[in-house]
Amino acid sequence: MQKETLILDERQLGRVLARISHEIAERNAGAKNLVVVGIQTRGAHLARRLAQLLSELEGLKVPVGEMDITFYRDDIETRPDRPIVKKTNLPFSIDDKIIILVDDVLFTGRTVRAALDELVDFGRPKAVQLAVLVDRGHRELPIRADYVGKNIPTSLSQEVVVRVKETDRQDSVALRDKKRAKK
Amino acid sequence: MKKFAHKHLLGLEGMTREEIEFVLDTAVTFKEVLERPIKKVPTLRGLTIVNLFYEPSTRTRISFELAQKRLSADTVNFSSSGSSVKKGETLRDTVRNLEAMKIDMVVVRHASSGVPYFLTRCLESSIINAGDGAHEHPTQGLLDIYTIREKYGKVEGLRVVIVGDVKHSRVARSNIWGLKAMGASVSVCAPSTLLPAEIEKMGVEVFTDLNKALWGADVVNVLRLQLERQERGFLPTLREYSRLFGITRERLTLLNKNYTIMHPGPINRGVEITPEVADSPESVILAQVTNGVAVRMAVLYLLSGQQEEAVA
Repeated sequence: MQKETLILDERQLGRVLARISHEIAERNAGAKNLVVVGIQTRGAHLARRLAQLLSELEGLKVPVGEMDITFYRDDIETRPDRPIVKKTNLPFSIDDKIIILVDDVLFTGRTVRAALDELVDFGRPKAVQLAVLVDRGHRELPIRADYVGKNIPTSLSQEVVVRVKETDRQDSVALRDKKRAKK
Repeated sequence: MKKFAHKHLLGLEGMTREEIEFVLDTAVTFKEVLERPIKKVPTLRGLTIVNLFYEPSTRTRISFELAQKRLSADTVNFSSSGSSVKKGETLRDTVRNLEAMKIDMVVVRHASSGVPYFLTRCLESSIINAGDGAHEHPTQGLLDIYTIREKYGKVEGLRVVIVGDVKHSRVARSNIWGLKAMGASVSVCAPSTLLPAEIEKMGVEVFTDLNKALWGADVVNVLRLQLERQERGFLPTLREYSRLFGITRERLTLLNKNYTIMHPGPINRGVEITPEVADSPESVILAQVTNGVAVRMAVLYLLSGQQEEAVA
C-alpha cells in the first residue's frame, strides 16, 4: 500500500458538495432549467449527489444524466488498451438547458474538451457550466471550472485519488506519488 | 482487467469467451450511440479503411461501411468487377498498391478460404475477414451471438441448431466456434450431401432429420441455401429440400417455449424458411442486421490502435 496524504475525508467531501450545490443555485437563481451531467465513472456518481442536493435545496426534481467520453478522446490511436466503455445516458433533451457538467478531477482539460464535443452532438444547450471536486492544475487547454471543490497544487509525479462510496466503499480525496512504470 | 489484443480478426476459432464478451460488451455501448440524434462519434477520425469485396454482398458491405462512417473513418470501396482484376492484376499486387496509398485497415471478402490470412502476410494493415470461402465470417458469428445474448441475457446452456447448407457455410463455422466458446450446445442439421466430412469434430451434434434436430432447441439459425454453389447435384430438387429441411410453422411446435428464429440473409423465401416464419414475432432477422452495425463498430474500434498481434 502506497503512502497517501488525505486531503478530504467523508465529512469534508460532503460539505464541499453541499457548498457547490449552493453556489450553483445562487449563480443560476434556482435550479429551474438545470440538468446535471456526470462524466463516467466517479463524475457520474458525484453528479447524482449534486442533483439530489439541488433537488432538496430548491424543492424540484433536477434531472441527471451520465456520459462516457471515450469515443471522443483525442489520444485513442496512441492507446492500445481499450477499456470497456460505460453507459452514456441522457434521458432528456439538453436543448436550451443549463448543463452542470461534473467530473471528479480537472487536470489537462482534455476530458472536458471531449465531453463538450459529445454534449453538442446531443443538442444545443443554453450554457454549460463545469463543476469539479478537485482542480489539480497542469491545464493543456483553455478550460476552467465554474465550481471547484478544492484546489490542490500538484506535481506531475503525483496523482489525485478520488474515492466515492458507490464504487470504492468510502468518500475521500487523497494525494500520492504515481506508481513507477508498470512492467 | 479484460483485454482484447488482436490486430486482425480472421475468425472466431481460438477466441476465448472473455474476448468474445469484450467485443459484445463494447457493441452494447455502440448500439446506444446508434440511438442518438447524431449517430456518429469521432473515434476513428483519420483512419482510412478499404472494403475489398471480391464477392457480391449487400448487408455485410453496407453494414461495414455504415459502421466505419459512424466512427468517422474514411472509407474506400473496392469491388472486383470494374477494377484492374479484370486486367489480370494479382491479389497481392492489388492490395500492395492499395496500401501504398496509406491505408490502415482492410475489410476483405473473397471466394477463397485463407485470403484474409494471406493478406496479413503481405500488408502492414489490420485485416478483418468479411467472409472467406467456406471458412469463416467472424463478424456474422459475433452479431448472431450478440443477438442471442440480447434476447436471453446469456448464451451458456442454450441449445442452438444450425440448419441448412453447412458444407458451404462460413456463417455456420463462425457460429459453431463462437457459440461453443460461449458455452452453448450446438447442433447442425442438413442433408448428408451438405454436411462437410468430420463436422462432428468441431464438437457439434449432427442430424439429418430436421424434426429430431429441432426437438427441445432454443434457437434455430437457418442458413441460406447457396443456390449459386449447388451446380454439382447436392440436392435432387429444391422442392424436396424445402419439404425435408424447410422451417415451417408446423415444425416450430417442436422447439422450446420462447424460441428464436435467425437467418443471416439473404433469405430464399419458401426454400429454407417460409415467409410466415421469417416474418413472425419470434424471428430476429432484422434485429440481427441492426446489431450487425454495432458489432462491426466494436470490432473496428477494438482492432484500431493495436500495433501488432499479441503472441498467444
